[in-house]
Amino acid sequence: MTLKTSIALACILFVAGCSAAPGAWGWYVIDPRTTSGYNNIRFLLNGFGATILLSLIAASLSMVIGLLVALPGMSSNRWLRYPSRIYIEFIRAIPLLPMLFWVFYGLPVVLKSIGISVSIDAFWGAIITLAISDSAFTAEIYRAGIQSINKGQTEAAKTVGLNYAQTMRYVVMPQAIKRILPPLANQFIYIVKMSAFASVIGMQELTRRANELVVTEYRPLEIYSLLILEYLVLVLIISFFVRWLERKMGSDESK
Amino acid sequence: MSNKSKAIEIHALNKWYGSYQALKDINLTVDHGERIVVCGPSGSGKSTLIRCVNSLEVHDSGQIIVDEIEMKDDESIHEIRSEVGMVFQQFNLFPHLTILQNLTLGPIKARGMSKVDAEERAMRYLERVRIPDQAHKKPSELSGGQQQRVAIARSLCMEPKIMLFDEPTSALDPEMISEVLDVIVDLAEDGMTMICVTHEMGFARRAADRMIFMDHGEIIETGKPEEFFEAPKSERCRKFLSQILQH
Ligand SMILES: Nc1ncnc2c1ncn2[C@@H]1O[C@H](COP(=O)(O)OP(=O)(O)OP(=O)(O)O)[C@@H](O)[C@H]1O
Ligand SMILES: [Mg+2]
Repeated sequence: MTLKTSIALACILFVAGCSAAPGAWGWYVIDPRTTSGYNNIRFLLNGFGATILLSLIAASLSMVIGLLVALPGMSSNRWLRYPSRIYIEFIRAIPLLPMLFWVFYGLPVVLKSIGISVSIDAFWGAIITLAISDSAFTAEIYRAGIQSINKGQTEAAKTVGLNYAQTMRYVVMPQAIKRILPPLANQFIYIVKMSAFASVIGMQELTRRANELVVTEYRPLEIYSLLILEYLVLVLIISFFVRWLERKMGSDESK
Repeated sequence: MSNKSKAIEIHALNKWYGSYQALKDINLTVDHGERIVVCGPSGSGKSTLIRCVNSLEVHDSGQIIVDEIEMKDDESIHEIRSEVGMVFQQFNLFPHLTILQNLTLGPIKARGMSKVDAEERAMRYLERVRIPDQAHKKPSELSGGQQQRVAIARSLCMEPKIMLFDEPTSALDPEMISEVLDVIVDLAEDGMTMICVTHEMGFARRAADRMIFMDHGEIIETGKPEEFFEAPKSERCRKFLSQILQH
């Protein structure tokens, strides 16, 4: 289907839905011209804050954990390398939803049994799960980026007396960052989409709000359509940023 | 320091890559101020040998002592590396830094020198390799010969007692070889201890105190340049030299 026909089709569907005949479309639930429609839209859009905050914190944590996992994974010492490999393989194999349930319902019990009594709310439960689950992928992004730097660079750094941390910081990372940032930003798109799962443990983000509205309004098609549109806008903005970053990094490289 | 002390002592050195033995029972001592040129066919273990001296390759058995420091733990390796400079075939300059930053990175970060002092020292060595006017360019803006001279200056900025060169001119266009070799000869005349892997036999005659010929991971022959070139003792060395000297 071409873009034009799909836009035309969407318009027809929308116009048809605007007549509130029973059994037909019901765009009225999110019609901003009516008070209830306007309030519904506000209710749905208010989920953006939580979705964005959730994604940003989870992505930042994932970037840190990913680096801490990736660095020992490139060591020549197998006792550093293996735990990193095992972590990556293990975490990658767990689907997000079961992990979310385990963290939200199971982890507090585990912590309590070892004497740490904390309750994990939906917000932090979702963040922990998203960050850990994503960190396996960010770790691989770091690894690919760092390993793309010629071995001669680290050798030269050693011969001028730099230690491991200095070599990473002043020689390897400044060069690898061009290969790391664009895929890392791309990975952020996945976190945003995966954050929808937080709805099942009661996190009031975009998807949860849509679900709640569907329960009271019985208009799943219209509400979920808007929900998809919300994610679409968010992801397109990020994609735009990723493209810009790729172009910028790419042009730096050719200099 | 006593006259007895050696710059480098290598005893019964062995090195394997998996099941392949790259170095076989290497014994070698280098005096302070001695200039050694190592040659030999491709794959004979020349690079492996000099890379063992600053622990870029980890040896499997044997003893390496550099300036009375025995290589055993990370600390001794760090100390040894601060005495030994190395120049690579592929230059290995840091492409994201300017020439000046390439030279000052080690002194500032590893030695804790002030930026002003480090830059002053860097300019001194850039003058020594005759390219002070390139200080603010990036490595990619320089010719191969200039890049290799920067690499030499970068090593010198750490004020090493010993310099290792691994085929420093093999990646260069012919017209740039001599500008790099001249800089190395200069260093040699100033009394720098050095081991240079090279097939530039003209340079070897000019600068070497001692020649070493390696094959299949062993030191086959060693001797003063005159004897080495005029009357090589082993058949393998003679054959190698006749091939090299043909072009
Ligand atoms: N990282 C490595 N892993 C496995 N084998 C290696 C490695 N590095 C070197 N070798 C092998 O060890 C042998 C000696 O290599 P080395 O690089 O020291 O030779 P070389 O004398 O410097 O040769 P060239 O003149 O080609 O530079 C070669 O057979 C090479 O294939
Ligand atoms: Mg070599």
